[in-house]
Amino acid sequence: MGRLEDAAGAAELPVEPGPVEQVLARLDPALAVQLLGEKVRMALNGRLLTDVGGIVLAQGDELAFLPPVSGG
Amino acid sequence: MADVRLSLDAFDPAAEIAAFNARQQYAGGIVTFLGQVRDSGGVEALELQHYEPMTLPGMQELARVTEKRWPLEGLLIVHRSGVMMPGDAIVLVAAAARHRRDAFAAADFAMDHLKSESWFWKREKTASGWRWIEPRPEDHEDISRWRA
Repeated sequence: MGRLEDAAGAAELPVEPGPVEQVLARLDPALAVQLLGEKVRMALNGRLLTDVGGIVLAQGDELAFLPPVSGG
Repeated sequence: MADVRLSLDAFDPAAEIAAFNARQQYAGGIVTFLGQVRDSGGVEALELQHYEPMTLPGMQELARVTEKRWPLEGLLIVHRSGVMMPGDAIVLVAAAARHRRDAFAAADFAMDHLKSESWFWKREKTASGWRWIEPRPEDHEDISRWRA
């Protein structure tokens, strides 16, 4: 979402299922660095994750990268 | 029961306020806040982006917490997503209570949380193109007031 869409060049990227570490390793390294930024939170299928470690994406899962929010 | 909506199209704040007020016969005070796109600094457009699985559920949770914290007769939250022009309404919050202080506080609390703890991302368009807007330090200070 937000500025990360510009970094990725798309709002959504289809990826192969598997451990998140492997999914990220297959992305452009510059993008992966931004996705793993300190202020970026992650949500799996709409539920906020506290730690991405050990997460394995299955077919149909959606992993969202959420930069700092700004509403109103 | 709170009325909480994510609006993908322009809404008419005056009509929303009138409809809300008409339902508040038990309230002694109603505080209404309207946030709109300001016409300044060469801003040509503002875009608010939301994340479907989380944004509206988060707003509903905010309404639940707000209603739990203050005794309200009614609460309205309408937030836009999409591209807006200067003068367009972005967010409308109305809180109705038996006594005014509860209405003021509830509307203030809801707005602070919509600004910096709800699932929205904002960018503005000027002559030099689109630019994402990150939260300001003041937004975090505003919200920290409620964590006492």
